[in-house]
Amino acid sequence: MTSTLPIVDHPSAAREFVTNEPRSHWHDDSLWFVRSKRDKQAQSIPEWEYLREQASTIKNHTIAKLPEYLQQFEANATRLGAVVHWAADAEEHNRIVLDLLRRNDTLRIVKSKSMLTEECGLNEYLIDNGIEVVDTDLGERIVQLRGETPSHIVLPAIHIKKEEVGDTFHKYLGTRAGESDPQVLTEAARGHLRGKFLSGEVGITGVNFAIADTGGLVVCTNEGNADLGVSLPRIHIACMGIEKLVPRFQDLSVFTRLLARSATGQPITSYTSHFHGPRDENSELHIVLVDNGRSKIRDSKTFRESLNCIRCGACMNTCPVYRRSGGHSYRATVPGPIGSVLGPAKNAKAHKSLPFACSLCGSCTDVCPVKIPLHHQLLAWRKVLVGKRLVAWNKRMAMKAASFLFCNPTLFAAAGYLGRVSLKVLPKSLTHNPFNTWAKDRDLPEPPKESFHEWYAKNRPSGSETISKEERS
Amino acid sequence: MSETHSSSRQIILDRLKGCVVDAPELPTIDPARVIQFEDRLQQFQDTLASVGGEAHLVNTPSEIREKLQTIEVFQSARRIASTVPDAVTPTVDLATIDDPHALSTLDWTIVRGEFGVAENGAIWIDGKTLPHRVMIFIAQYLAIVISRSDLLNNMHEAYARIGTPDPGFGVFVSGPSKTADIEQSLVLGAHGCRKLQVFLLP
Ligand code: SF4
Repeated sequence: MTSTLPIVDHPSAAREFVTNEPRSHWHDDSLWFVRSKRDKQAQSIPEWEYLREQASTIKNHTIAKLPEYLQQFEANATRLGAVVHWAADAEEHNRIVLDLLRRNDTLRIVKSKSMLTEECGLNEYLIDNGIEVVDTDLGERIVQLRGETPSHIVLPAIHIKKEEVGDTFHKYLGTRAGESDPQVLTEAARGHLRGKFLSGEVGITGVNFAIADTGGLVVCTNEGNADLGVSLPRIHIACMGIEKLVPRFQDLSVFTRLLARSATGQPITSYTSHFHGPRDENSELHIVLVDNGRSKIRDSKTFRESLNCIRCGACMNTCPVYRRSGGHSYRATVPGPIGSVLGPAKNAKAHKSLPFACSLCGSCTDVCPVKIPLHHQLLAWRKVLVGKRLVAWNKRMAMKAASFLFCNPTLFAAAGYLGRVSLKVLPKSLTHNPFNTWAKDRDLPEPPKESFHEWYAKNRPSGSETISKEERS
Repeated sequence: MSETHSSSRQIILDRLKGCVVDAPELPTIDPARVIQFEDRLQQFQDTLASVGGEAHLVNTPSEIREKLQTIEVFQSARRIASTVPDAVTPTVDLATIDDPHALSTLDWTIVRGEFGVAENGAIWIDGKTLPHRVMIFIAQYLAIVISRSDLLNNMHEAYARIGTPDPGFGVFVSGPSKTADIEQSLVLGAHGCRKLQVFLLP
């Protein structure tokens, strides 16, 4: 199934977004605002780095012992009265959910945010099978009404302007034409979704954390939509990737302290709900455990740690490429740095350009609450892709040429000289020709008068071949 | 369930067991390394305010009622659910309600919280104390009553205090329902309560 995925070329997928300069800057600023809030929260906790280390170790431990913890979780959840289902891939996950709905003659479901169900394409699948699916997270509802997909894992509608939300709501919810006040628009959505909540026959949620030693699950929202969605209907279906486990109930303390602070710069989400078993004897709780490629990632020593991800989105908010090119340019359910690691793991060919949509600045690694070495993994992917010959020939040739140049000091010096001279004498019309895409929106640097070698030869202290210690410091 | 179900279970577990990974030891948090506050009450009030909630120091349940009566949307409230009857007499009898949908028109809910957390303004509500779970999410306005002596420093203390959770439901509530999904502008009252009042008894 996955082998037919279209190949994503990030630069061309991003073109429309980045060439709309005001929009690209607006998007950049919005995310930087979130990133700044995150910094403030992180700095307010003196033990922040300690927490990150704990979180990373807990996750490394869990993923290593995943089979044991999954079985422990299953046993405990079952003891509490939940029904645990196992899905090897997206298709099976969707089938399990549809089966449950069919068995209960369900026509309408309400859903809170779940990146897993996005990954599995559950919405389309259910809609194709005649089920009305309502995303209840405001951002998700906005993109759903617009026929789009989320562009961010925490802020699904971060790419949409309030005027555009106004247009969408005018069309579907009957708000006044031209209305763009977030307060008014949110109020309209509240009214609209209340009706949906009340008529939802089954509530579907994602899972932020599942606890092996108690068999419980934790769902975090700010809107309270997951709770409204599952405390009205009789049936709650919770869908989760198998990596969402934590071993002990107490471990939640570490993760609930990190998640919202990293995600939106809040000290905690407004609602952090803990479900241990179904609501009452007349209700049902179904938990669907999904692999869908995760066990394969676990096999890889290099990329295993990407399973530690708690989907906070901090790496996106800080990524200079994501901020300027927008989430849709990744053409992946999870965009940004972590998406560029997970995408190729799913399908190297389809997502081969994503590890290159990165400046290797390392900012993602610095903010990641579970310390995934994101930029190292992106670099590692590049090596894998070159090895698989999945990198475009011009890039490969350029790399080869560069490596040849750097290995030949004489050639390197000559090339430097040539570069300095050409920078001086070549007319702009030639350097900024349409074939030189690098020069778009960029000016070439002022050529230095001399190379570093020449400068050093003139300036080095007479008689000494090497720089003395004092001069270096 | 079906056969595919059980076979997928086996397939997934076999795949995982097929790759043996060295596990680092599971760490335990050192309580000396996590944040403590000199004035937990002040910290709790400040944080609660920063997440959009309002704290009130009261000495008796009747003071809660008096405070609430100064709030316009409480004066006009018709359907009130309360599990703190010495503070607010309910107008909706929760015991007679079978279907949670019947609570859709609740104006106010007043419930007890078990404890508050100073670092993030969160309050733990034990589902056992709620005749209907939905009452705290569906009401237009929510008030929670806790004791000032039940304020903890941080989430490590919070989870330690819960200990082993009983079957059922429990939730940390921190501020009213909110969203910033439209251009990052914060709006209170997305789906759940529009405002959160927290009453701190001695
Ligand atoms: S990789 Fe780290 S920073 Fe990025 S979403 Fe996952 S947990 Fe957050």
